[in-house]
Amino acid sequence: MVDIARRDVLTMAGAVGVGAAIPVSPALAEAPGKDPPQAPAANAARSYQFFNLDEAAFIEAFVDHLIPADDLTPSGTELGISIYIDRQLAGAWGKGARMYQLGPWAAGTPQQGYQLPLAPADLYRCAIRAVEAHCASAHGGSFDRLQPALRQQVVQALSEGRLPLQEIPAGASFDKTFFDMAYANVMEGLFADPIYGGNKDKRGWKLVGFPGVMAAHAENIERFRGKPYPVEPLGIADLS
Amino acid sequence: MATKLKEADVVIVGMGWTGGIMAKELSDAGLTVVGLERGPPRSDADFSVPMIRDELRYAVRNELFMDVSRDTLTFRNTPGQQALPMRRLGSFLPGEGVGGAGVHWNGQTYRFSPHDHALRSRVEERYGKSFIPQDMQLADWPMSYAELEPHYDKFEYMAGISGKAGNIAGKIQEGGNPFEGPRAREYPNPPLKPSLASEMFTETTRKLGYHPFPRPAANMSRPYTNPDGIQLGECQYCGFCENFGCEANAKASPHITVIPAALRNKNFSMKPYAWVTRVNRTADGKRATGVTYTSVLTGEEFEQPASLVILCAYGFGNVHLMLLSGIGKPYDPVSETGTVGKGYCYQVATVVQSFFEDRIFNPFMGTGSLGVVIDDFNGDNFDHGPVGYIGGASIYSASLGGRPINQRGVPPGTPRWGSEWKKATARWYNRTLQMSVQGSNMASRYNYLDLDPTYRNAFGLPLMRMTYNFTDNDEKLSAHLTTVAHDIARAMGPTHLGAKAPRRAPYSIVPYQSTHNTGGAIAGHDPSKSALNRYLQSWDVSNVFVMGASAFPHNSGYNPTGAVGALTYWAADAIRTKYLKDPGPLLRT
Ligand SMILES: Cc1cc2nc3c(=O)[nH]c(=O)nc-3n(C[C@H](O)[C@H](O)[C@H](O)COP(=O)(O)OP(=O)(O)OC[C@H]3O[C@@H](n4cnc5c(N)ncnc54)[C@H](O)[C@@H]3O)c2cc1C
Ligand code: SF4
Repeated sequence: MVDIARRDVLTMAGAVGVGAAIPVSPALAEAPGKDPPQAPAANAARSYQFFNLDEAAFIEAFVDHLIPADDLTPSGTELGISIYIDRQLAGAWGKGARMYQLGPWAAGTPQQGYQLPLAPADLYRCAIRAVEAHCASAHGGSFDRLQPALRQQVVQALSEGRLPLQEIPAGASFDKTFFDMAYANVMEGLFADPIYGGNKDKRGWKLVGFPGVMAAHAENIERFRGKPYPVEPLGIADLS
Repeated sequence: MATKLKEADVVIVGMGWTGGIMAKELSDAGLTVVGLERGPPRSDADFSVPMIRDELRYAVRNELFMDVSRDTLTFRNTPGQQALPMRRLGSFLPGEGVGGAGVHWNGQTYRFSPHDHALRSRVEERYGKSFIPQDMQLADWPMSYAELEPHYDKFEYMAGISGKAGNIAGKIQEGGNPFEGPRAREYPNPPLKPSLASEMFTETTRKLGYHPFPRPAANMSRPYTNPDGIQLGECQYCGFCENFGCEANAKASPHITVIPAALRNKNFSMKPYAWVTRVNRTADGKRATGVTYTSVLTGEEFEQPASLVILCAYGFGNVHLMLLSGIGKPYDPVSETGTVGKGYCYQVATVVQSFFEDRIFNPFMGTGSLGVVIDDFNGDNFDHGPVGYIGGASIYSASLGGRPINQRGVPPGTPRWGSEWKKATARWYNRTLQMSVQGSNMASRYNYLDLDPTYRNAFGLPLMRMTYNFTDNDEKLSAHLTTVAHDIARAMGPTHLGAKAPRRAPYSIVPYQSTHNTGGAIAGHDPSKSALNRYLQSWDVSNVFVMGASAFPHNSGYNPTGAVGALTYWAADAIRTKYLKDPGPLLRT
């Protein structure tokens, strides 16, 4: 780990007159030595469409806290999960497609489900701001700079709906609502087909042994009953 | 002003399983039939590999299902609460588009048991009247199992069900379900190949003295040509079945069976993108004159006149259209009068997981229906006296697929994230055995559907409102039968046993449970207590017939579509052989 936040790299890039719009690879910020600078066109796939710099710092730290690098997989960010979430929020789902969005609004009960007037992208934006406000006041720093133990404390509290989020509009279970959505999105980013930007090199599928899109098992179900079925997983792009 | 179209003999609202069957049966009878479907057409190209094998798109973002931004329902647990809109899909996933939910269903195809058809009589006789809880609206079905048998048979042969009969003409068959009602003949196709999980479940339940049988499946165990000459392919156990269209044409679905068969008849025409907003009636309200629909492509309104209106819009759509159009009297739970919206039921379902260190299940080799079932605790197949509730459940092992976003398990106590979570996921994904308990649900006074006073859909019409909660009876059922399933799992000797989590009130509309929504336009003997007569004809407007599970007086511990299909063939037969000869009420009140 290089002790330099991505936000600082971007700010520095801005300071030396390189427009902030120029994409910088997240991996570059994390480990400048590993990933040689690429042409902007190649980097475009790895830069954010939705998140601003502060949000990107938060989401990368959040994703890497949930999916840390270890001997099983690289970190969530390296697997493209933060890019996956960014693309989802920038796209139709993030903007609330296929959601009923008309009022009036009321908090409701947990059994009545999601009742916020916010599309997912708006929810992320508000919630990240609120979590950061909490981290600043309670711990004196942004989420991405907290020690791992403190980060765990924040994530744990968030997952149990115990984090007091000041800036949030009304909504009974708002805190947990954000965590539940973000948690589901992280799992999607780990296990969805790589065409969506996550699950890089099918590392999520390799982790569990899921073979991907090749699925003609009429014979295999007998041949491999009770036995390992070791194949290189294939994704949609491999067959397109 | 709506553009008035040429009159048809029949207009069908909705082109899923029931609409497809009706289109085929009534166009075969020579009637001019128009089928209207709010969603898009579907073709093979929509379901081709590799694009169809996209869990995110189909099973998480729910691409093939109803778009709730246009129309949804509002929900509350009890009449005292404010109902709020279901803003995202969750508990159930109604279909949209040609083929309806039949496109992306699993294909688990059961017959209800003979005593399901005479439930109230059976309970009173065996346990006494006082056994029935006060607010439970228990009723006999207005047709018997024996009357439906030929129609079950027709559905099973049309859909090529793979299974093993348990009772042929009263003779119990080895390896089938000994509790089932007598059937005329064997299933059209043999059972699917078992998975390891199926084999373990079979062995253990046999040892425990139960009667396991392969789950009847609309996934073809071999290539099949149905009586209409429609060809279906052999199932590939691809594991992308529930929530997906089938790439191999191996899952019986309306858009590849009854609908193309109906389209061979020149007198049948189908219009996708046609959203029906109202059934029109004569000034005295006694007869329907057709329907009004909006083209969701252009926004234009059309009136389709017809002598016969058949609602096939899934239970929710049927009840919604009846309420919007004033067909029948809305149900009022306070006075217990009115019938439309009455008897809404769901199911009481739980899942039990177990984890085996030394087993490899390859969960991704599965089908929508692969599994083994016991019926020993379903319906009235066991003595309810000691357990003190009414109803039961099918209990089964499920090898439905191993898509990793949704179909993954870790033993209880595993952290939800971090390296420990990852380690457990890597270890247990392939070593998890899943069982389910599919519990029945009885009609209850305060569980019902009506129109919401506040919220509206994209057409400016009131949303339908659902008031629904689990009852004491449901909680007792779930506690007992989840324990039975848990004990079966324990008897298999797992390394870890999953949590025992029976359903409890309050019901939540958030987590997926099943798309087995029933009631709301129930069929019965008495017009003051049911919306439809035994032929699924409206008691109030005799040229309106209403198909689907909305007609069920209660929901059973089985998946509904076998019974839905049988009832549709039964009603089509009544229309052809009785109604057409003498249009009007088939039963005088
Ligand atoms: C994921 C999933 C899995 C399932 N698995 C099983 C299973 O294994 N076994 C089983 O028995 N059942 C299963 N079901 C349930 C099964 O799909 C339904 O019981 C069956 O499809 C019901 O047939 P239907 O004709 O009543 O409704 P559908 O097949 O849903 O058809 C209704 C059609 O009406 C259309 N419609 C609605 N309103 C309007 C309107 N106003 N104007 C025009 N058109 C309208 C809809 O768009 C839809 O196409 C499953 C359902 C789902 C969603
Ligand atoms: S499991 Fe079988 S029936 Fe289901 S989608 Fe795959 S091939 Fe088709």
